[in-house]
Amino acid sequence: MFEAGRFAMVRGRVLEPLMTLAVWGSALLVAGAFLWLVGDLLWHGAERLSWAFLSSSPLNAGRTGGIGPILVSTLLILGVAVAAAVPLGLATAVLLTEFLRPRSRFGRLVGLSLDVLAGVPSIVFGLFGNAFFSVFLGLGFSILSGGLTLACMVLPILIRTAEASLRAVPDDWRLGSAALGLSRTAALRHILLPAASSGLVAGLLLGVGRAMAETAALIFTSGYVDRMPSSLFDSGRALSVHIYDLSMNVAGGDGNAYASALVLIGLLILINGTALYLAEHWLNRRIIAP
Amino acid sequence: MTQTLDRHSGCSPSIDAGTYTVGPLQSGPPCCVPEPLIRVTNLSVSYGDHPALKDVTLDIYKGCITALIGPSGCGKTSFLSALNRLTDMIPGCRVEGGIRIGGQDILAPRLDVSALRREVGMIFQKPNPFPLPIRRNIEMPLREHGMKKRADLDETLERVLTDVGLWAEVKDRLDKPALALSGGQQQRLCIARALALAPSVLLMDEPCSALDPIASGIVEDMIAQLRGRYTVVIVTHNLAQAKRIANYAAFFWLRERGGTLVEFGHCRQIFEAPAHDLTAAYVSGMRG
Amino acid sequence: MIWSKHSISSPSRTDARLAGWLSIAAGLAAAVLVLIVLFLLHESWPVLNRIGWLRFLTDAAWHPSEGLFGLAPMLWATLASSTGALVLAGGLGVASALFCRFYAPPSAARPYRRMVTLLAGIPSVVFGLWGLTVLVPLIARWQPPGASLLAGILILTLMILPTVALTADAALAAVPKAYLHGAAALGMSRSGTILRVVLPAARSGIIAGLLLAAGRALGETMAVLMVAGNVVQTPHSLFDPVRTLTANIALEMDYATGEHRAGLFVSGLVLSGMIILLAVAALRFGGARSHV
Repeated sequence: MFEAGRFAMVRGRVLEPLMTLAVWGSALLVAGAFLWLVGDLLWHGAERLSWAFLSSSPLNAGRTGGIGPILVSTLLILGVAVAAAVPLGLATAVLLTEFLRPRSRFGRLVGLSLDVLAGVPSIVFGLFGNAFFSVFLGLGFSILSGGLTLACMVLPILIRTAEASLRAVPDDWRLGSAALGLSRTAALRHILLPAASSGLVAGLLLGVGRAMAETAALIFTSGYVDRMPSSLFDSGRALSVHIYDLSMNVAGGDGNAYASALVLIGLLILINGTALYLAEHWLNRRIIAP
Repeated sequence: MTQTLDRHSGCSPSIDAGTYTVGPLQSGPPCCVPEPLIRVTNLSVSYGDHPALKDVTLDIYKGCITALIGPSGCGKTSFLSALNRLTDMIPGCRVEGGIRIGGQDILAPRLDVSALRREVGMIFQKPNPFPLPIRRNIEMPLREHGMKKRADLDETLERVLTDVGLWAEVKDRLDKPALALSGGQQQRLCIARALALAPSVLLMDEPCSALDPIASGIVEDMIAQLRGRYTVVIVTHNLAQAKRIANYAAFFWLRERGGTLVEFGHCRQIFEAPAHDLTAAYVSGMRG
Repeated sequence: MIWSKHSISSPSRTDARLAGWLSIAAGLAAAVLVLIVLFLLHESWPVLNRIGWLRFLTDAAWHPSEGLFGLAPMLWATLASSTGALVLAGGLGVASALFCRFYAPPSAARPYRRMVTLLAGIPSVVFGLWGLTVLVPLIARWQPPGASLLAGILILTLMILPTVALTADAALAAVPKAYLHGAAALGMSRSGTILRVVLPAARSGIIAGLLLAAGRALGETMAVLMVAGNVVQTPHSLFDPVRTLTANIALEMDYATGEHRAGLFVSGLVLSGMIILLAVAALRFGGARSHV
């Protein structure tokens, strides 16, 4: 007993500082890499950022000029994705939480297919989008093809977050409205959806963030064309594709690639930050506290 | 917790004898004609394989307050939920037997459940006002059930809030969120919300147990005033409260195959001359 | 009654109608997966039908125009880069989570967690850009050409680290406080508590996170494409330039036609198969944790 205790103490004397060192070392390494990355982006990109950069067209294959048309294309692609994915996602989430019994076969089937869909790599979404939207449906390389491909990709996130926020609404209100003879439809419209709204918006923003960061699914669906799109059937270059193209295919494009990356990250931080804020604060205050 | 203690300390038998309004003993339901509104026959409720309530037969009289008493888990809430088919909401819940309200079989599969639930209102243990303004809490269900005229809505709003003694307290802040009200006010708002639909029956599942003693007293007095106008079925763990406000009492007990009804009778008879040993032990505080 | 009960359609009928519409939408959402599988199979069919599955593993090289469809070198590159990244990110990620929960002073834990969340939000193309302009030249100074398996592993590590760190953090948070109090009551040291109480208790959550991260690493395209050099060869050292399955698709899809295009869809199928297996395994582990 005494011997064992001594042994543990000796081992502890070696192990304790070793663990501390390893943990602190790892944490500092990660923080260092992060700061290096962000610092580098700011260092190279910030000097080129200006209103003119955001609004003007790219010149000389993007080496000079700005990203105006690319921002427009990005927003259009995201708009298409949201318009297609939100109704489908919300409807599925409402069905799963409010209408189906917890272990219904249809519900489990939909749930399983969503989990699998969430695992499909983005490049495969690109393959599918190209084969289905661009070729089979004849949409070609267009904002529409790209947006619809992204819609398929973010569907699982949208549905899972919407499901979670609807499930976070207390059952008291479901029982209360049923006891008043209200239909589920009325309960959803007046109580459940408004009560879950912050969570729903947070999920939507997370989905938009995910779509905005995506490159691989867009290369062969919405294409590379960097002109200002005139309709949804035009090819349009998303911001992430622009960064890829500038750094890989355009010699001397690094400066503008960095500036574009800074814009992309800025937008993403805004979107994800809002989503996190909504999820953490508003949701709690509205639903849990009272 | 404090509430139960408080209630018990203030309920010596002599005070209680004076507070409830009864007609001649054992000669029929007090305060109203002995007309059964709800007839429950051989009612059993089970959740999956787990029986919650077994073989209950019971009449509930119109215009009276009937208290359901007994220990936790003996099926009182299941009984209550069967009366407005809220059991439909619970996955795997099976209801067998017969329930007739005003002669109509409410377990019929083709029944308009929404109409039933308007006729049979329900108040829950935890006040559950919707996250809407006070006014909309009452108007929203009314609108959903087809009342559209502003004047009708306003009239109903004022009437039901006055009925629950809330009008004076909230008439200047009808557009403030209902969740900002105190617990007792919230519960009274919920009762008003149920009353707005002009039900004939009110089911109450321990409506005072989540409230502090003062709020609980106010809500209790308010419920007592509903007697005669509504048929009230109230589940309570607070025996003193049952004694003070109920005309009839039904004593439930947990048997090995789910809860059962042990004894039903006039409130005074159940508390002062119970026919069954279990009842006697329970009401005297020896069991349960 | 002050209003007619029959003036409005019965709520149960409105509900039934809404449920009908919702079911159609849910069916569509579920159909997306079916559609993806169908189109992948349909597009790969020409070449699968002619040469079968096996040749994709046994062919000596990837020269689709000459009828050679060997995916093996790229499969090895994918596995090597993902495994390397998983080992590094696993260690660093779990250490980061431990740092947040047990080692960091409270004033540091919050910003650190914020930082990891931010890192998780950085798009892969930006990691690729940074790797291409900073990491690759750095490695090139040491072992040219720089664009290599090592660069791919390091960039992937950074990318999947937040996944590991955040899931491990959640798993650590879910360890009951009573365990910690119990360990403290027994006089266990901090490292002993962590190694023998906390990590075993959080094991399934951490493994689920690692599996998720592995899926991300296998499926990642852009970052690896930008830094790994893209030469189709089986890697023999960390400094060899390699091309992963995903990068191959992205690089050749632009101009591929006929059987070449079909071959790319086959690699997409292979990739999806691997990742879906991982995802299902991760769900199993995640599910197991929620039941404990």
